[in-house]
Amino acid sequence: MSALNALLSIENMTVEYTNQGQRFAAISDINIDIAEGETLGLVGESGCGKSTTGRAIIQLPAPTMGKVTFEGRDLSELNHEEMRQVRRRLQIIFQDPVSSLNPRRKVKDIVAEPLVIAGMKDAAERERRVREVLEAVGVDPDTAMDRRPHQFSGGQCQRICIARALIMEPKLIVCDEPVSALDVSVQAQILNLLEDMKERYGLTLLFISHDLAVVKNISDRVAVMYLGKFCELADSARIYEAPAHPYTAGLMATIPDLSTIGADAGPALMGEIPSPLNPPSGCHFRTRCPHAQERCAAEEPEFRQIESGHHVACHFPLTEQES
Amino acid sequence: MDSKTSASPLLEVVDLYTHFDTPRGVAHAVDGVSFRLERGRTLGIVGESGSGKSVLSRTIIDILAKDGSVLNQGEVRFEGRDLMALPEKDMREIRGREIAMVFQDPMSSLNPVKKIGKQITEVLVKRLGMPGAEAKRRAVELIESVGIPDAAQQLDRFPMHLSGGMRQRVAIAIALAGEPKLLIADEPTTALDVTIQAQILDLLRRQQVERNMAVILITHDLGIVAQYTDDVVVMYAGQIVESCSTEELIRRPRMPYTEALMNSAPNLADPPHTRLDAIPGMPPNLLRVPQGCRFADRCPYAAEKCSTEMPALAHDEDSSHIYACWYPLEVKEAVSA
Ligand SMILES: Nc1ncnc2c1ncn2[C@@H]1O[C@H](COP(=O)(O)OP(=O)(O)OP(=O)(O)O)[C@@H](O)[C@H]1O
Ligand SMILES: Nc1ncnc2c1ncn2[C@@H]1O[C@H](COP(=O)(O)OP(=O)(O)O)[C@@H](O)[C@H]1O
Ligand code: SF4
Ligand code: SF4
Ligand SMILES: [Mg+2]
Ligand SMILES: [Mg+2]
Repeated sequence: MSALNALLSIENMTVEYTNQGQRFAAISDINIDIAEGETLGLVGESGCGKSTTGRAIIQLPAPTMGKVTFEGRDLSELNHEEMRQVRRRLQIIFQDPVSSLNPRRKVKDIVAEPLVIAGMKDAAERERRVREVLEAVGVDPDTAMDRRPHQFSGGQCQRICIARALIMEPKLIVCDEPVSALDVSVQAQILNLLEDMKERYGLTLLFISHDLAVVKNISDRVAVMYLGKFCELADSARIYEAPAHPYTAGLMATIPDLSTIGADAGPALMGEIPSPLNPPSGCHFRTRCPHAQERCAAEEPEFRQIESGHHVACHFPLTEQES
Repeated sequence: MDSKTSASPLLEVVDLYTHFDTPRGVAHAVDGVSFRLERGRTLGIVGESGSGKSVLSRTIIDILAKDGSVLNQGEVRFEGRDLMALPEKDMREIRGREIAMVFQDPMSSLNPVKKIGKQITEVLVKRLGMPGAEAKRRAVELIESVGIPDAAQQLDRFPMHLSGGMRQRVAIAIALAGEPKLLIADEPTTALDVTIQAQILDLLRRQQVERNMAVILITHDLGIVAQYTDDVVVMYAGQIVESCSTEELIRRPRMPYTEALMNSAPNLADPPHTRLDAIPGMPPNLLRVPQGCRFADRCPYAAEKCSTEMPALAHDEDSSHIYACWYPLEVKEAVSA
């Protein structure tokens, strides 16, 4: 899956945590490339490892096994100072914009902070940059700079978080559920803003969300995760049109949307999400899969390419059964 | 609305106000709301966060603070009786028995350190006066009916050891235990995963049909409204701005806010990178509500009159579809053709 123009590559990455004295893999042995300029969507249910993946990319914490290569450099081999330099080009924004801003500081100081950390001494130049990014994200610098976060709505706080991420002129931004806490009307504002900023600053995005409609809208490619592993990866349009993994298909069938007035959607996926402390043998999804067979418990399906750019981890992909 | 149409509905809310006296002023959380709900129907209440959905439902079952900070006016008629005029002692009989509620956070209706079996049997014994042994049998049935496997063993578990989806099932089982005529579910799946959300909403619908129970389903998600409700009320800044059958609302919205809400959500039928029709700005501050239409400063159709005079809820001659707007959207018949 290694692309020539990969900005970031994840190879055999595993992140382990300890929970109640037990060691377990929150994500295990995942591989993916993110191409320069693309938006890769990452979807999956709570606890499947989306945020863990996003944080491991910026080495917070570094993966337990495997490696992350960014702009051709293996991040695990960088010393503290080198990593600090790289981090400017590798930013992250979070779900809860209000609590990710320091309530006691003024907006101008919050947004300028990365510049200060990076050692920029010229205060006038810092202020110029702060104004520029605030304007870019649609926040009026004159009224906002001297205010504190609690004086802004959730949507405005998310704009400020985006401004802070942009000020370092990053290459890649990990967006961890950036619109999940926002109302639909404001969500649309932020999604449009991210598209604009991507264009204007030539960004690459890893966009994490549990909302399939949002992910389809913003992503070029979509990766679906379940219990610490990828089940499917394909072009955004393709994966919604012809999901090959039974879990992806189940997710698609459960999205309530306006076209299904009163109609019964497909049957909901049965069962509970198993605990990552004790994942099922073989295919992680088999306890809920309507197509599971004996082989699924015995043998873990490989994440393989079924057609150009379309990868799936399933012994019996849906697209192959039809043909 | 026409009160002449039928005999007393299960629930009729008449010109209800709930204001909060806060240090910064009076918040108009619910501001003149009226609607009715017939037995066995599901009514969706949809609106953005802060539009007053939760305050409305808490006013109906009367669980808001009693410290004088809450200012109420209007009627909540349940089977003809005005609940607002009922003493707390009688209200306690109605809550949990006639009207039950399920919240977004299931833990707010569960006791974390009490076994779930005990929490269900308590309702059965206290509210229905069921003998202990029978209550225990019934609890197993209820747990089974909400789709929890190994029901008998589950009774001995504590809520804190269950997943979010399981807790919500238990909360629903407890709500159903008193065999309510009305179930109010306030964003029951907002904290849950999509696959679990579908399970819970399917479960609610099955129970609603089986028991001929009326349901108020509060949500901010129009997709959920479309799929799971018969009728719908759209709230904006403490007021109802549109109300009709769900199908009618989705096909022929008349109020610009409803249309804007529909258009701002990404649509699965559209290709990636389709530009979203975001609604500019934010809802008004409820401490200082504008005198005209509350949507005016975000509305693409707003004219002068909109910011000076508040449009009242009204309907066209030949329809019960009501909306509050000076310049309602044209009916686009072509949509269904
Ligand atoms: N610091 C930690 N210590 C122990 N376990 C953790 C830690 N962080 C995450 N986990 C566990 O790792 C798994 C993956 O968590 P992660 O936060 O990556 O999920 P997610 O997909 O982002 O979920 P959500 O949609 O809820 O944000 C979960 O089981 C979680 O409980
Ligand atoms: N106890 C309270 N005191 C003051 N204001 C409140 C209180 N409870 C809710 N509000 C305000 O009332 C409005 C409506 O809230 P709510 O009904 O919770 O909205 P939602 O539609 O999201 O459920 C909001 O502006 C909220 O901040
Ligand atoms: S490998 Fe088997 S259990 Fe897993 S998704 Fe495919 S069919 Fe289902
Ligand atoms: S009354 Fe005016 S501002 Fe309000 S929704 Fe109608 S057109 Fe828009
Ligand atoms: Mg997360
Ligand atoms: Mg609410």
